[in-house]
Amino acid sequence: MTVGLFIPCYVDQFYPNAAIATLELLEKLGVNVVYPSRQTCCGQPMANSGFEHLTKESNNQFIENFRDFDYIVAPSGSCVLHMKEHLHSGKYPNETEAMRGKVYELIEFLTDILKVDKLKARFPHKVGLHQSCHGQRGLKLAQMSELVAPAFSKPEQLLSMVEGLELIELTRKDECCGFGGTFCVAEEAVSVKMGKDRVMDHLQHEAAYITGADMSCLMHMEGILRRQKSSVKVVHIAEILNAQEI
Amino acid sequence: MKETKDHAALAEVFNADEPRVNWHDETLWFIRQKRDKAAHTVADWELLRETASQIKHNVLSNLHDYLLQFEANAKANGIIVHWAADAAEHNRIVHAILQKHKVDRMVKSKSMLTEECHLNEYLEENGIEVIDSDLGERIVQMAKEPPSHIVLPCIHKKKEEIGDLFHEHLGTPAGMADPQVLTEAARQHLRETFLTRRAALTGVNFAVAETGEFVICTNEGNADMGAHLADVHIACMGIEKIIPKREHLGVFLRLLARSATGQPITTYSSHFKKPREGHELHLVLVDNGRSIQLGREDFRNSLKCIRCGACMNTCPVYRRSGGHSYHTAVAGPIGAILAPNLDMKKNADLPFASTLCGSCSNVCPVKIDIHDQLYKWRQVIVKEGYADTKKTLGMKAMTQAFASPATFQLAGKAGRWFMRNVPFAVNNKLNPWYKQREMPAPPKESFGEWYLKNRKKRDE
Repeated sequence: MTVGLFIPCYVDQFYPNAAIATLELLEKLGVNVVYPSRQTCCGQPMANSGFEHLTKESNNQFIENFRDFDYIVAPSGSCVLHMKEHLHSGKYPNETEAMRGKVYELIEFLTDILKVDKLKARFPHKVGLHQSCHGQRGLKLAQMSELVAPAFSKPEQLLSMVEGLELIELTRKDECCGFGGTFCVAEEAVSVKMGKDRVMDHLQHEAAYITGADMSCLMHMEGILRRQKSSVKVVHIAEILNAQEI
Repeated sequence: MKETKDHAALAEVFNADEPRVNWHDETLWFIRQKRDKAAHTVADWELLRETASQIKHNVLSNLHDYLLQFEANAKANGIIVHWAADAAEHNRIVHAILQKHKVDRMVKSKSMLTEECHLNEYLEENGIEVIDSDLGERIVQMAKEPPSHIVLPCIHKKKEEIGDLFHEHLGTPAGMADPQVLTEAARQHLRETFLTRRAALTGVNFAVAETGEFVICTNEGNADMGAHLADVHIACMGIEKIIPKREHLGVFLRLLARSATGQPITTYSSHFKKPREGHELHLVLVDNGRSIQLGREDFRNSLKCIRCGACMNTCPVYRRSGGHSYHTAVAGPIGAILAPNLDMKKNADLPFASTLCGSCSNVCPVKIDIHDQLYKWRQVIVKEGYADTKKTLGMKAMTQAFASPATFQLAGKAGRWFMRNVPFAVNNKLNPWYKQREMPAPPKESFGEWYLKNRKKRDE
């Protein structure tokens, strides 16, 4: 099995450790991983801003970069959801369907494809899990609090395999953090207020780390934590699942 | 309407008072929690939502036939039926009925349709006084404000502010903010109104095609008080309020109040079928853009809405920006997908007032794909040329940078270098991110660069 590693543009530029952890974790689990170097952006920021018609090039690039792999895996729920819902191409009309079907967010790839049931990881800290909306409500990584349906959580399933990790409870377990792509600058006041409230929920429950499957939400909350001079850190879930802390 | 500020600007004003935002957020979140609790008492809740959605699907697919069936049955019952193509015609019809009966004072129960049509303003310009009898609506009417929520019109007001309004308008003691005292004052005031008005206007929650009757749901009984004491009852409804059969109320009435406030059912679910002896019962069927929306395939399902307000209560943006920031009769996520149909230019900002988190679609009792429609409206609004020029240029520049992997890598490297060495180039007040958030700490090496050093050789 060969997996194409799909790294969101801002993770590539600002959070290389999340990408490295993803790569190392998959390798540890015996997967052959290749990172196609010609990737840039999946086009989501443009599409969510109403400019989906400008994403033709990024769609074609995506297909050219990844069509030969068995699976495409990314440490980001929202980029994966964007590809699953909106990938289309006039240049490769017959390939989009198959491409949409083989794109996976890291967590669901671990639980649903690799069916991971144990991990050699240690992270002895109090951790709060931020459920990113696109991962949770879009990719259904966990049950949504609005629905009358049985509970499940793929990220919690994996975090429970990490030695020493203590997962804290949140008052609002799946409220949006307010990042929202260009929303974070276009609606700055509401975006920041949502972020402050989300961070506060984690602080009140004494999290030392906030983790999640989407670095964009974490980047937003990190910006707020650092402005508040908080000692609480954000860390991508791949970094925890790959952690060997003593 | 002299509205010039967009949602983001109005939301920024709302956020100037953070404790108030916290209070507003907590108040509405409390209602969301009540809704969750009520939904969990119904084992087949998700099936009930699906059933309601399918019934409405059938209605929208056969609206023409159901409307004619309803009209014929309503007429046979003795109801006088009117058709209004738009808000102006609706307002003229209501005015003409009042003129015919020489009525210059009217009592009105909650109707978001009349808010949408700006009926109160129209009638006041024509010398007719309107008193809203829903307590929340009466309060915002005294404050000369529009409702900020379709179910809870004055949810943005604290009880002390309501006390001040009642002191000014109803003569309650200054500083009195006890809800029980204030409610009693409102009750006395409205009782006098009910007893003296000869015409009453109400909204409609459901109109049953097979029987020609309509149903109004209230908690205060104010629609009934108005309609039963007046000689003339005028009921106004959007054409999408039709349901095929009376038995379908068994689905919708179970969903409506649970979704709206967490109650099992509204205190009053009143059926109106025919006028009393010597009285007149009018019904105005209003289109006002609905058939255009019906023709928009991507947005048709928005007409399934039963106006429960659950999407507002759950919306993290609505809770932190307030209903008035949406500058339209119906606020929140549902308003943001309905309003662009009525005036795309004026409401071009609303589909962007969302993070697309999807909570709205999950609470919707008729399963409208609200957040997907927000995404689709964004595409339409940009294509129709209503996006601002700065944003268009920014998006085009971004697309250019991403089009070539070499440009992207170079721009990324340069950007990170700048952030490390000339931090004030990005850490300044021109950068909205930096206003209340730190920028990410730029690493020396991108993942791409790391990979080239640490893995690439193995692949080749």
